[in-house]
Amino acid sequence: MTTTTDPQPASFRLSMLLNDTRYRSYTFQFIALIVLILFMSSLGMNLVTNLAEQGVPFSFDYLGSPAGYDINQRPIDYNNQDTHLRASIVGVMNTLIVAVLGCVTATFLGVIAGVLRLSNNWLIAKLMAVYVEAFRNVPVLIWILVIFFIMTAALPSPSAFRGDDPASSMLFNSIAFTNRGVYIPWVQFENGFDSILVVPPVFADTYSISFLGLFNINMSLWLVIITLLCGIYMAVKVAGFIQQNYGRAFALLPGFVRLAVYLAVALGPAIIVYAILLSANGAESERSLRFSLSINFVVMLVVFLLSLYVSRLIRDWAIAKQQITGDLPATWHMRIAVIILPTALTLFWLGAYLDYPALRGFNFSGGLTIRGSLIALWLALAVYTGAFIAENVRAGIQAISQGQTEAAGSLGLRPNRIMNLVVLPQALRVIIPPLISQYLNLTKNSSLAIAVGYMDVTGTLGGITLNQTGKAIESVLLLMIFYLTISLSISLFMNIYNNSVKLKER
Amino acid sequence: MKKSILLGTLTAAGLVAGAATAGTLDDVKARGTLNCGVVTGLAGFGAPDTNGEWQGFDVSLCRAVAAAIFGDPTAVTFVPTTGKTRFTALASGEIDMLARNTTWTFSRDVDLKFEFVGVNYYDGQGFMVPKALGVSSAKELDGATVCIQTGTTTELNLADFFRANNISYEPVPIETNAEAQQQYLAGACDVYTTDASGLAATRATFEAPGDHVLLPEIISKEPLGPLVRHGDAEWGDVVRWTLNALITAEELGVTSANVADLSAGTENPEVNRLLGTEGNLGEMIGLEPDWAKKAIMAGGNYGEVFEKNIGENTPIGLARGLNAQWTEGGLIYSPPFR
Repeated sequence: MTTTTDPQPASFRLSMLLNDTRYRSYTFQFIALIVLILFMSSLGMNLVTNLAEQGVPFSFDYLGSPAGYDINQRPIDYNNQDTHLRASIVGVMNTLIVAVLGCVTATFLGVIAGVLRLSNNWLIAKLMAVYVEAFRNVPVLIWILVIFFIMTAALPSPSAFRGDDPASSMLFNSIAFTNRGVYIPWVQFENGFDSILVVPPVFADTYSISFLGLFNINMSLWLVIITLLCGIYMAVKVAGFIQQNYGRAFALLPGFVRLAVYLAVALGPAIIVYAILLSANGAESERSLRFSLSINFVVMLVVFLLSLYVSRLIRDWAIAKQQITGDLPATWHMRIAVIILPTALTLFWLGAYLDYPALRGFNFSGGLTIRGSLIALWLALAVYTGAFIAENVRAGIQAISQGQTEAAGSLGLRPNRIMNLVVLPQALRVIIPPLISQYLNLTKNSSLAIAVGYMDVTGTLGGITLNQTGKAIESVLLLMIFYLTISLSISLFMNIYNNSVKLKER
Repeated sequence: MKKSILLGTLTAAGLVAGAATAGTLDDVKARGTLNCGVVTGLAGFGAPDTNGEWQGFDVSLCRAVAAAIFGDPTAVTFVPTTGKTRFTALASGEIDMLARNTTWTFSRDVDLKFEFVGVNYYDGQGFMVPKALGVSSAKELDGATVCIQTGTTTELNLADFFRANNISYEPVPIETNAEAQQQYLAGACDVYTTDASGLAATRATFEAPGDHVLLPEIISKEPLGPLVRHGDAEWGDVVRWTLNALITAEELGVTSANVADLSAGTENPEVNRLLGTEGNLGEMIGLEPDWAKKAIMAGGNYGEVFEKNIGENTPIGLARGLNAQWTEGGLIYSPPFR
């Protein structure tokens, strides 16, 4: 009789950490990690101790003192008595403004140039090739300066619009192109709602841990940040779960409801923790974080989103009808009316009118001012990044087999529709991933703003604030955190979008 | 960074490295050249000439210090700095001293940890406008677009001035003087503001200087002077007393022309002490006995340096004004050499 015995489950012995190849690599990785941590912390300690010995301790207190300087482009109200923190927020908003404008324009330019570069029309294809090569191969800083200097030199100064027989005149009597910027009419509300001033509460007192007496670690703040990060991680996981199990049902909900669900998961826990800590630590209003909430804007936004949703319902109804009867009812007039009419009525209700720019004193005033620095930066970033996006688009289109085009052609589709209905939707899967890094590049390149005097966050926090307070390490650290956050956020959102268009393998 | 420091609590409480302060004077002597931070280019104060040699009022001070240390006014490495980079360059030790029309303020001295060793030019912030605008006072500038060099005290003075007078303006921040000039001439800003001396220097380079006027308001005190890092008083003394030697030399009538004769010995004991033929001032400061003589020979005394670079016979055309010797009603005054 033979007995088979199962091999004994190898019990773990300490010596296996060195002798067993399965565990040895973990041992060395762990040692390497400890060494790395020791090295980084000795560098950090060195820095903090040296700063403390020089009498300039590591601290972010300077953010609370008055900035003392003025900023020309202010998306939120700001004057030179506001704090450095507020100046930094203005800079952050300016960075976001140019990044969003630049990304949208670059995508637009890039898609057009990428498609046209493959055109059968020799002239158009070559022109696009020249555009791509010229802009891709010259540093973006040069383009920013070129556009800025051309604008400054070629456009008239506001004084040229003065007098009975001015040297320059406004386009359609409403738009003024000057070397300081472009002045355009802008909507104002005659009997709109007053804006609400919101002053967010902050911790009056915090749980802080003093680190060797060198600086304080604000534990309350870190708790909120960590909760926020966990919330975002959870939202990503929840999104994946819903997509996999309830994808169809969830897609029926209106877009803003879906967004609200994700936002609630991502931000909810952090807001709750913040509220708990506020009640425990005591709250005080922080003027630096104030912002005015435009009720007019909120009303317009809600009306617009609702009309979009109704328009989508009409489309769904039409498609359902087509499934039953085989005829697609013409709904375009209804959909346009549903979008335009409520918006127009709301505008009328709020008493909207156009405020035209007019020459008063030294400058134009009224309307909306788009400063030359913003235009130069925006255009340069857009055309530069657009050239890269054009190449991504071209690569994406060429990755789609020629057979697809031929098959669509044999079904009787015209070239225009082949591109829009067959090629581009498939090409998106190839285009999106490199597009993400182009968006990241554009956002990071916007830090060249100071070359034309555009006050982005590098210009305020990393420029004037750093210079006037001498807090170089702290300011640069904050800048790094800001750009890291922005880049990761763009990456996150674009990856979510990528997941929704990428080839579903089941 | 924060994370690594947090983790550091567990492991690296003992890893503390102290800040080592070596003598800057010894470093400079060992290196053989003086690293001097100057402006990137401002006619009269510091700019390379057609041969690529740095010339100017602030540059002369660098040369005088180099001459006092090495006896060689050319033993200087000039490091051009912008308004933004200058303090970092000095604090990091990239330069030994900064002679770059920098305003002496409380916070720069105390908070940024620098040592202003004296004042070599008493200035104030002014405004330049095109004559065609028809403006005669800065208080009429409500709503004007103003070009400013970013990272300077002028930025803060400007904000204060407009706030105090309750008028508005639109700032156009600009990195260098050259860019500001280009923007101003193109009409992209109505006004250019910086130190009055800088305005005069900039206007001198225009094709038609007569078309531009400096407004009468001087809105700030801008005592410009050389500075060094905190914490090395010996090195600060070298720069301070080199500047004082040039000022005293003018007061005592010692010029680059007669310094060689006078250093043979004179009846005036203060001249003798200055030039090292009497007493041991050189030894006290850690330099050769004739250090001041070499400094004066490098570019002349304070008055000569002023006249040669920015005086009334130069394109800059600045009068001595506040910068005359105290004996002639100005503020330029050196403590005694004793």
